[in-house]
Amino acid sequence: MTTTSTAPNEGTGPATGGWDALPDSFGDIVRSDASLSRFLHGLPGVDQVGAEARAASLGTRSIKTTAKEYAIDLAIRMVDLTTLEGQDTPGKVRALASKAMRPDPADPTCPAAAAVCVYPDMVATAKETLGSSGVHVAAVATAFPSGRAALDIKLADTHDAVEAGADEIDMVIDRGAFLAGRYKQVYDEIVAVREACGDAHLKVIFETGELQTYDNVRRASWLAMMAGGHFIKTSTGKVQPAATLPVTLVMLEAVRDFREATGQMVGVKPAGGIRTSKDAIKYLVMVNEIAGPDWLDPDWFRFGASTLLNDLLMQRTKMRTGRYSGPDYFTLD
Amino acid sequence: MSTDTRLDVRKTYKLFVGGAFPRSESGHSYVVTDSKGKFVANAANASRKDARDAVQAARKAFGSWASRTAYNRGQILYRVAELMEDRRPQFVEAVRQSEGATAARATKVVDESIDRLVWYAGWSDKVTQVVGGANPVAGPFFNLSTPEPTGVVAVLAPQESSLLGLVSVVAPVIVTGNTCVVATSHQRPLPAITFSEVLATSDVPGGVVNILTGELSRTAPTLASHMDVNAIDLTGIAGDDALATELEVSAADNLKRVRRAPAAEPDWTTDPGTDRLTAFLETKTVWHPIGI
Repeated sequence: MTTTSTAPNEGTGPATGGWDALPDSFGDIVRSDASLSRFLHGLPGVDQVGAEARAASLGTRSIKTTAKEYAIDLAIRMVDLTTLEGQDTPGKVRALASKAMRPDPADPTCPAAAAVCVYPDMVATAKETLGSSGVHVAAVATAFPSGRAALDIKLADTHDAVEAGADEIDMVIDRGAFLAGRYKQVYDEIVAVREACGDAHLKVIFETGELQTYDNVRRASWLAMMAGGHFIKTSTGKVQPAATLPVTLVMLEAVRDFREATGQMVGVKPAGGIRTSKDAIKYLVMVNEIAGPDWLDPDWFRFGASTLLNDLLMQRTKMRTGRYSGPDYFTLD
Repeated sequence: MSTDTRLDVRKTYKLFVGGAFPRSESGHSYVVTDSKGKFVANAANASRKDARDAVQAARKAFGSWASRTAYNRGQILYRVAELMEDRRPQFVEAVRQSEGATAARATKVVDESIDRLVWYAGWSDKVTQVVGGANPVAGPFFNLSTPEPTGVVAVLAPQESSLLGLVSVVAPVIVTGNTCVVATSHQRPLPAITFSEVLATSDVPGGVVNILTGELSRTAPTLASHMDVNAIDLTGIAGDDALATELEVSAADNLKRVRRAPAAEPDWTTDPGTDRLTAFLETKTVWHPIGI
């Protein structure tokens, strides 16, 4: 490797690790399974106990009063309001889209959610309701949630969603191929889907619950970032465990290190299992501490959630009125 | 110091929320003394957040408790009475310490409390027949009214009568399918704590009764203003008009059903009547066409 990276604090960064001398293009690394494997397995291992302890200790920070108000509003702006059920109807999607635009109809100062996340066939319905409100439509494409389909089917799925007006595509990686070590196949798929996305942003879902180890999460993060994903996302929400604090911590470290190495910023989206404002605030604390304040923005950090929004709204109402609110005063979804 | 002197076990009791015994979120506790001012135990001093957690637990338990058959709820209450019977000496001791009653008097209070519970248990499948029924209407319809539970009820338990009064306010609320958050007598929480231990080992599902010990000034305003509480019973602040007014005003925000504070604590030994049973019921009326 002759070309060295343009990392701002080269030399003061981590002492070990394959990304210290990352080339400007990843040509050499991504040439074959063997070269990818060499690079990904050369990444430093994740200290599991350390990562879990760090995530737990960051979860104990006390965020109160004005900081809490700020955090709740920020979290609302970061929510990808999601419905991914076989029973989704156009009516349900319209209701969800309306809610994303105006989460709390009783309070005009309440910010809108970031996006609505639906299956590709519902994109047109969601788009129709959202119009030019600024709330994005995200579609889960590529044979979601298992990712078990031929590449041309995945690409057709992606094309459909983009043509219907999706602003963001959430793709799943082929976990079987990843776990079997066929990294090149996973890489090529991400690249192909990224091309199929056109102007739409690409989020790459790892399904961390199926990746078994934090080391694998770190490798998958690097693989997806090198392939050009705009966002890396923990889970589909269909597999337990979904998003956890330690997994998100590993991914946040990856995007931080990737920016140090290449100057490119990649977003992170934990999805599934985040239900309370308290949980959401723990994630925001972690974003600030691990990745940095640059990521505290809906363009760079999202929550994939549905029930979380109601809890955020209840907390917000409590902060404004001084009385505890109840689920009777917010929509069921 | 002689070797046969045994050290006291100084107890610090906890709250009863969602079927578990958590410490107060605030970490605060206070000293409970007997009627002569002697130390008895420490009790948890519930905070506003404990009240919030208790309401959450009560709301979670409401659906399945309300949808049980009335017969089943009656059986469960009867089982609670059985368990109180088993713990009779402990209850007698708690009432003696709390209320300064003689052994004979305390025994009578415990008897009456158990009988009161059995009496309310019997009402479970009868109350519908008494307050519901078919209404006569001038049209080709069946018109039927049935009582339904109000929801989550906050109960400020009596300050003086720590066991009989407690049972007399809690039993009628839960037997009809409501769930409740009980703020106990501040000075005399021991019988309520023992009662929570009975509930925990009975068949009452976690969250149906949640018991908060401590100062009312910490929990009552939160319970009164909480939007997810459907009704509040102010019996425990009998005689305190200023506080009662304040709580009623807070309760008006979500149109809570309020059972107003009496001028003085009632005599709990008299026949209770069905008044407390029907206070936290909503009438549902169904019109159904006849024929065709």
